[in-house]
Amino acid sequence: MMINSTDVVAVLPFISVALGSVGLLIADLLIPAERRHVTAWLAAALLLTAAVIALSLLGSPTFEAFGGMVISDPTAFFLDTLICTIGLVTILLTLRYNQVRGILRGEFYILLALSISGMTLVTHANNLLILLLGIELLSIPLYVLCGIARPRLESEESALKYFLTGAFASGFLVYGIALTYGASGTLSLQTAPAAPNVSGDPLLLIGIGLILVGLGFKVAAVPFHLWAPDTYEGAPTTVTAFMATATKVAGFAALLRVLHGGLPGMESTWQPLVAIIAAATMIVGNLAALAQQNLKRMLAYSSIAHAGYALVGVAAHDTTSVVFYLTGYAFTTLAAFAVITAIGSSEGEEMQFLEAYSGLGRQKPLLGAVLAIAMFSLIGIPPTVGFIGKYFVFQAAVAKGLVWLAVLGVLTSAMAAYYYLRVVMVAFIREGSAAAPLPTPSAPRNLAAAISVAAVFVLGVVPALLLSMIGNGMLSTTP
Amino acid sequence: MELFVASPILFPLLGILLNVLIGKKLGERGVGWLASTVVVASFAVSLALFAQVAGDSEHAAVHVKVLPWISAGPLQVSWGLLVDPLSSVMMLIVTGIGALIHIYSIGYMHGDPHFQRFFVYLNLFIASMLTLVMADNFLVLFVGWELVGLCSYLLIGFWFTELKNAAAGRKAFVVNRIGDVGFVLGILAIFVTFGSLDFAEVFKAVKAQGGALAAAAGVITLLLFIGATGKSAQIPLFVWLPDAMAGPTPVSALIHAATMVTAGIYMMTRAHALFELAPFTQQIVALVGALTALVAGTSALRQLDIKRVLAYSTVSQLGFMVAAAGLGAYVASMFHLLTHAFFKALLFLAAGSVIHGMGHDRHTDPQDMRNMGGLARRMPVTFAAFVIGGLALAGVPPLSGFFSKDEILLAAFTHQPLTFLLLGATAIVTALYVGRQLILVFLGEPRTASAAHAHESPAVMTAPLIALAVGAVLGGALNLPGGGWLHHWLEPLIAEQAKPLNLPLAAFFTALSVLALAVAGWMYRRPERAAREVARGVGLFLARAWRIDDAYAQVVVKPFYFISTVCAQVVDVGLVDGAVNGVGDVFRRLAQLVRGLQTGLVRNYGLVMLLGAVLVTAYFVVVR
Repeated sequence: MMINSTDVVAVLPFISVALGSVGLLIADLLIPAERRHVTAWLAAALLLTAAVIALSLLGSPTFEAFGGMVISDPTAFFLDTLICTIGLVTILLTLRYNQVRGILRGEFYILLALSISGMTLVTHANNLLILLLGIELLSIPLYVLCGIARPRLESEESALKYFLTGAFASGFLVYGIALTYGASGTLSLQTAPAAPNVSGDPLLLIGIGLILVGLGFKVAAVPFHLWAPDTYEGAPTTVTAFMATATKVAGFAALLRVLHGGLPGMESTWQPLVAIIAAATMIVGNLAALAQQNLKRMLAYSSIAHAGYALVGVAAHDTTSVVFYLTGYAFTTLAAFAVITAIGSSEGEEMQFLEAYSGLGRQKPLLGAVLAIAMFSLIGIPPTVGFIGKYFVFQAAVAKGLVWLAVLGVLTSAMAAYYYLRVVMVAFIREGSAAAPLPTPSAPRNLAAAISVAAVFVLGVVPALLLSMIGNGMLSTTP
Repeated sequence: MELFVASPILFPLLGILLNVLIGKKLGERGVGWLASTVVVASFAVSLALFAQVAGDSEHAAVHVKVLPWISAGPLQVSWGLLVDPLSSVMMLIVTGIGALIHIYSIGYMHGDPHFQRFFVYLNLFIASMLTLVMADNFLVLFVGWELVGLCSYLLIGFWFTELKNAAAGRKAFVVNRIGDVGFVLGILAIFVTFGSLDFAEVFKAVKAQGGALAAAAGVITLLLFIGATGKSAQIPLFVWLPDAMAGPTPVSALIHAATMVTAGIYMMTRAHALFELAPFTQQIVALVGALTALVAGTSALRQLDIKRVLAYSTVSQLGFMVAAAGLGAYVASMFHLLTHAFFKALLFLAAGSVIHGMGHDRHTDPQDMRNMGGLARRMPVTFAAFVIGGLALAGVPPLSGFFSKDEILLAAFTHQPLTFLLLGATAIVTALYVGRQLILVFLGEPRTASAAHAHESPAVMTAPLIALAVGAVLGGALNLPGGGWLHHWLEPLIAEQAKPLNLPLAAFFTALSVLALAVAGWMYRRPERAAREVARGVGLFLARAWRIDDAYAQVVVKPFYFISTVCAQVVDVGLVDGAVNGVGDVFRRLAQLVRGLQTGLVRNYGLVMLLGAVLVTAYFVVVR
């Protein structure tokens, strides 16, 4: 089969990141061991380039490529941009953090780039095989990244748990794809259920159900979420930040491709199920977060809860609201993790427990402010993006008649205020010295925090900025 | 032009700005003179505007819209200023007397550690009061109304370190707020009825529709009058004014005698077209005013604090003005407002001078008249000022008070016998307490060392006294009986039949007043009587102002505290906190339960996932 220029353009972000990571692999060999940050900066440059490419392709009309295997629409390119930006911010966070902990390794950035290449493939998937390919490509480097802090036990435990449960979930995904193919005779997301009498076929339905299980694992939806707290807690914080944001976005990209982009005419089939999963995810995520004393673990549950809110948008079949929500969530969470990477002893011991943050607001007012802003946005208090994001998904739910889901979302948000505000309270009201001497300031980390906070406010005040970028109802549904 | 019209308000604001920013550098004298200068500048502009209105053959108003404010559907309000005959008179009173009192305060507040704050508040008051009187619509008027209330609160509690003063400020604020509720509702009712808040449009509609509006006008005017009873200290809300004497004396003179407390009368005069459509309200207004005049006047008879006598006297005189407004004699009401501003400010400043002179011995209350006596020889200028103010208040011709009070009595005489009786009795009582106060303070022998060592106040204080005394003497000339200047001046706004002097009536009350003064002189030839007569019985009843405050304490305050206690201790702690904590507990337990899922064992995670997968497929197969 001939590859023409349209095909290349369709997945240009993926191609550049994938090729770039191979290049990075070679370049890293040439860089002396004590100058690993050069690799980091090269990776950053690579991701910046990819983000700019994806951004510049945002305006192009929807088209399929590689014989319908991939699709390119504004949503896909926007998600590419978002994922590359998240990767960029993550790299900014790693420079000081990984150095202090002795994990400033070249392979860290190569794996990161590889994982991102998988994500940028998922966003364009128009075929179940491509979807599987992208998901595996993004997952396998992550398993390694979680364990990169070996010989630290928590890191290895984290990697192992993620790998085992991930492999299990992949099994469901592959089996679901196989059943779908068996029922419909096609792997294309556009045509699978189109054949007459197929949409009611139990084989197809079970196949789709198992695909949902596999993807539900990726976004950490209840009841496929149990790996997340353990993995998030044990992995190096920079990896956790990346997983909580980029992986979540990619997982939702896959869900959107399958449910919103593909499976035309099957909305009434999956909607009640997704709504129930969304409800369970919001309830369990927020409830479990209530009981946490460990900030990293709390954010893990918080990421589960936020997957629930994004699922509300998925259930309401409103792609725009989901994409907006994920964008806001990603920057807010990055801001929170930026603060966590800053707190800790110089020996690499992390300060994960909430008490370590007492008096932070007084000792480091700026860091404290970033933390507080992140918490306010996670609660959903205007003028932060968290508020607008929640508003969009709840509005979408109400418009689709899922009023009970929106009400539940608001109620659980109120519940969430308790544990988010507790962080602010500890940081600003409780007396006490932030237990450890803070590591020397890091300009890249501060830049990352500044970017995240700026995004939180800008998108919170002018959401139209983003909406105009992703357009309306952009995911193509071929009639 | 806008800027020029607005400048009387802007000058004091500029003074505030400068005094806040560089007041520390200016020092005490600099602060005082700067604050006074800006008010003098306001006065000058007010004079110029007055001259402009006067120069116009029809006394056409100067009307400017300075800034847009609210533009919400039918509600269109702008910061508009209106200088017409009525507001220009008020502006002159506010800035003229205001300037004198600023200057006086330089001497009176000398050495106070918070000199700067005092003058900032005073300037703020002038700006606020001018906003009130210059407003061209009810909402801006209300802004000024609230701002002067704020200034009043701040200045009553100026020496807030003493609990009593802070409490007095709070009381004034709270009681005024009760009246404000009525006023706000009145403004709303005006908007609902007329669809506008601009004076011009509202009164045009009133003129056009006339009697058709009677019912609406009745509601509106009653609500507005409730506002007036708060600000102008009428029954049932007058109780705050006597306590307001806790503030520095210049404040009492400026805010609680000459200007702010007359805002209610100004507002009713401004809205007189509405009041004229509501005869029932007018009856109430007249009766409330007359009753207030008598209650407060008799209360003044048994006060021992030099300022509290004047405070009750002020309430009483405000009652006169309100009664006049109720009788439809708006010109007489405004006339009395004007002369009262002169002679009562004069009396207060003279009282301040006495207090200032008495302030030798910290152990003697410098405001208690029992501690005074014989001050006439020691403070001759103050004495002369007090005599002039007192006689004007008592209505002795040819001083200003005689003319204005006579006009009100005449209006009552021809309209409402009951009101006339109440006001007439008050006029006699007035002369009695004036005589009592003059004798207790100035005549006889000094009763304490403080009185014996009292000295005349500095020129910066006595000069304003002299200026005000001139006004108190000659003020009557502004509106001689039978259609004087004020009458013609206000004619474009208030068309009223001017009445000639009723000689028998005037002579009768003059004779009674002089007689009452003499009786007071005879009664208090032995000053110890003053202390004795308030100990019990009627004396105590009057000294405590007919026990109205006590009644409020029993009927309103106590039940209110009871309800508050119930709310705080039973409802809040028990019900609300209990519910909140209960909900919190439930979630905490649920959270522990959910946490239990997290065993940390991968095999369990796998099992849960499998269960989930079974449920999902079961859903698709079974439910579908």
